[in-house]
Amino acid sequence: MAKILIKGGRVISPAQKLDDICDVLIEKGKITAIGKKLDSKGTEVIDASGKVVTPGLVDIHVHLRDPGLEYKEDIASGTLSAVTGGFTAVACMPNTDPVNDSQTVTSYILKKAADEGHCRVFPIASITKGLDGESLTEMGELRALGVYAVSDDGKPVSNPQLMRRAMEYAKPFGLTITSHAEDLDLVGSGVMNEGPVSTELGLKGIPWVSEDSATAREVMLAEFTGAHLHVAHVSTKGSIDIVRQAKKRGVNVTCEAAPHHFTLTDDAVRGYNTNAKMNPPLRSEEDREAVRQGIADGTVDAIATDHAPHHIDEKNVEFSIAMNGIVGLETALPLTLKLVEEGVIDLPKAVALLTCGPAESLGLPVGQLEVGGAADITVIDPNLEWTVEAQKLASKSKNTPFDGWQMKGAAVCTIVAGKIAYKRG
Amino acid sequence: MSFTHKHILGIEQLAKEDIKLILDTADAFKEVNSREIKKVPTLRGKTIINAFFEASTRTRLSFEIAGKRLSADTVNISGSTSSVVKGETLEDTAKNIEAMSPDIIVIRHGHSGSPHYLAERVGCSVINAGDGTHEHPSQALLDLMTMREHKGSIEGLEVAIVGDIAHSRVVRSNIYALSKMGARVRLCGPGTMLPIGIERLGNVEVCTDMREAIKDADVVMMLRIQMERQSNIMIPSLREYARFYGLNPTNLLLAKPDAIVMHPGPMNRGVEISSVVADGVQNVILDQVENGVAVRMALLYLVSGVESMQTK
Repeated sequence: MAKILIKGGRVISPAQKLDDICDVLIEKGKITAIGKKLDSKGTEVIDASGKVVTPGLVDIHVHLRDPGLEYKEDIASGTLSAVTGGFTAVACMPNTDPVNDSQTVTSYILKKAADEGHCRVFPIASITKGLDGESLTEMGELRALGVYAVSDDGKPVSNPQLMRRAMEYAKPFGLTITSHAEDLDLVGSGVMNEGPVSTELGLKGIPWVSEDSATAREVMLAEFTGAHLHVAHVSTKGSIDIVRQAKKRGVNVTCEAAPHHFTLTDDAVRGYNTNAKMNPPLRSEEDREAVRQGIADGTVDAIATDHAPHHIDEKNVEFSIAMNGIVGLETALPLTLKLVEEGVIDLPKAVALLTCGPAESLGLPVGQLEVGGAADITVIDPNLEWTVEAQKLASKSKNTPFDGWQMKGAAVCTIVAGKIAYKRG
Repeated sequence: MSFTHKHILGIEQLAKEDIKLILDTADAFKEVNSREIKKVPTLRGKTIINAFFEASTRTRLSFEIAGKRLSADTVNISGSTSSVVKGETLEDTAKNIEAMSPDIIVIRHGHSGSPHYLAERVGCSVINAGDGTHEHPSQALLDLMTMREHKGSIEGLEVAIVGDIAHSRVVRSNIYALSKMGARVRLCGPGTMLPIGIERLGNVEVCTDMREAIKDADVVMMLRIQMERQSNIMIPSLREYARFYGLNPTNLLLAKPDAIVMHPGPMNRGVEISSVVADGVQNVILDQVENGVAVRMALLYLVSGVESMQTK
C-alpha cells in the first residue's frame, strides 16, 4: 500500500490536544508520523494547505437499513454516503428486518461492512429481542462480537422495570445503553411538535413533555444502576437541562444532538413538508436555542445525524402518514461548521463533537489522530461553498429538508485505514 | 375587484376583499335557489368531481347541488368505494382523476394538508371541503354569509365559539375569516380541547368559562362534540360536558338579546345544544345550510373564472 503524506494542513485532534499546522504520514493503514516538513519522497501527497485535517468523523446514530430494508439504503450505499460526508465510522441502529438482536445479524452486518463497506461500521444491537420491549438480548455474546452499545431506538422501552434490568445487565459488560427517550403514551398519535404551528396546520402534536419525562426516567435509572446511559437525539430544552443537571451530580450519562435539531424549528413543517418530519420532531425556537446552548457548554457530547433514509414513496404522501426521518450524513459537517461561523463553538470544539466526543460516548476505539493509531482521517475544506442537491446525494434515499441549501465547508478527502475512501471533485 | 385564486385551500390564503367578493357573489346566487327552475347555465360543460374520502352528508350534498344548479356535470366519489381502499396513493388517485379532465376537484379528506398536496399535483382547481383538523373554508364562508344576513355586517361582531376547539377545522377557518372581516372571536371548551397557540391565529380570546365566552355575544356558535371520536380521557362524560359546555335557554340569556345561535351540524341534541335552543327563535342553523349552497355556487363560479382567464 502506498504511503500518503497529508501536507501543510491545520491538524486538529482534540483527544490529543493537537491544533497545529503540520504534516501527517500514513503507512500500511497507520499514522507513522505527525510533524513539520515531513519528507514527501515516495509518498502520494495530499496538499492540505488551507484545509483542516481531523480524525475521521464518527457518527454514532445512523440507520443503514440493512438487512431487510435495502430499498431505502444498504451497507454499501450508507457507508458511501458516510465517507462522502467525511465520516470514517458509523454506528448503525438495530431496527432492521430482522432486528439486530442476535449474533447472526450482527455478524452479517460486520461481514457485509468488511466486504462492501466504505468505512468502519459498529453495529448497535437491540436491548430487547425483536424490539418487543419484553425480553433482553444476549448482550454478553453481542459484546464479545464487537457490539459497544445496545438500543431500542425508534421503539423506546416503555417498561421501567425492564430498562432497569437492561442497565444492570449491560453494565458489567461495559455496554452503553443508548436511549431513544420518549413516552409513547404522551406522544399518542402526534406527527409533529405540539405548539402553535401544529395548531395552525391542524396536525396532531408531540409535546415536549413526552421527551422530557422519558429522559428524566432514564437518567434516574442510570443514577440508580450506575450504568452508562447515552441519550440519543436530545431535542428539547427540558431534556438538555435534565442531562446538564445529571452530569453535575456525576451520573454516568452522555448525550447527542442532531444537526436538524440545532438548525431548524417546526416552522419547516409549514406547507406540510414531509422532509421536515422526523422523530423527535423539529421543535420550537426556544428548544433549538437550548440545544445550541447545550452544545456550547459541554452538556452535549456528540453530534449525531440520526441518518434515516426513506424511499420517495414513503415521503411523497400526506404528512400524517409519511415516514419519520431524514438523511443526514452528507449535510452534518457543514451544519456543524455553521455553529462555528455563528460563534456558538470554536473549530476544535466542532471537531471534538464529530470525533472523540461521539467515540467516547459509546466507547468506540476511533476518533483519535496519533502516531501508531489507525489512519482514519478527514481532510476538510472549511471554506468550500456548495449547494445541496438531494438527487445527487450518495445515499440511496433523498429525503432531506436541506435540498437547495447553500453550504460552506465539506470533506474533500476521507481516508479509512490508510486508504482514500472518498475524494471530492 | 377580480378573483385570482385558482384553488380554495383555506381561508388563511384569502384577503378581506376576496371574502367580501365571495359573500357578495353568494348573495346573488341565493336567489337562484328560490326559483321555480333552480338552474343557471353558468358552468355548462364543466366537470366537477366531489372526492369525499371522509364521510359527509351535508357538505357533499351541498357541493353537488351547487354544481348542478350551475349546470356543471358533477360526479361523486367517496372513500369507501374508491380505489383508496385498494391501497392506491392519493397522488395516483389524483393523477387518474385528472386524466379524465375535470375542471374542479372538491376534496374532503381526513388528513390535514391533503388539498394542498393535491393542488401541487393536478392542473385543475382544487376546493377544500374539509381537511383533517385544519380548515373547512366553505363552512366558514357560509357562516359569515349567515351572520351578515342577520347582523348586517361582520365588522365589530362578538362571536363565541364553544366546544372541541382542538379537533375543529370549522374553528380554524372561522378564526381566519372573522378576524379578517373585523369581528372578535371568543373560544371556550374543556381544557383538553384547547390547543396551544390557537389565540395566535387571529383576533382571538380564549375563555375558560363558557358564561364568560357568551356574555354579550352577538353570535354563539356551538361545535359538535364528536362522540364517535371521544375516549374518556378527553371528557369524563357527556352529562358533565352538557352541564359546563352545553348551550341552554339559561346561559343563552347571557348573550345579547338578539344574538343568533349557530351550529355546523350534525347536532347532538341535549349534549352541546339543548333542543329548546336548537329549535328556538334565535337559531339560524337551517339558514346556514341554505346559504351553504349559495356559497359553494359562488366558489365554483369564481374559481372557474380564474381557470378560464388563465386558459385565455
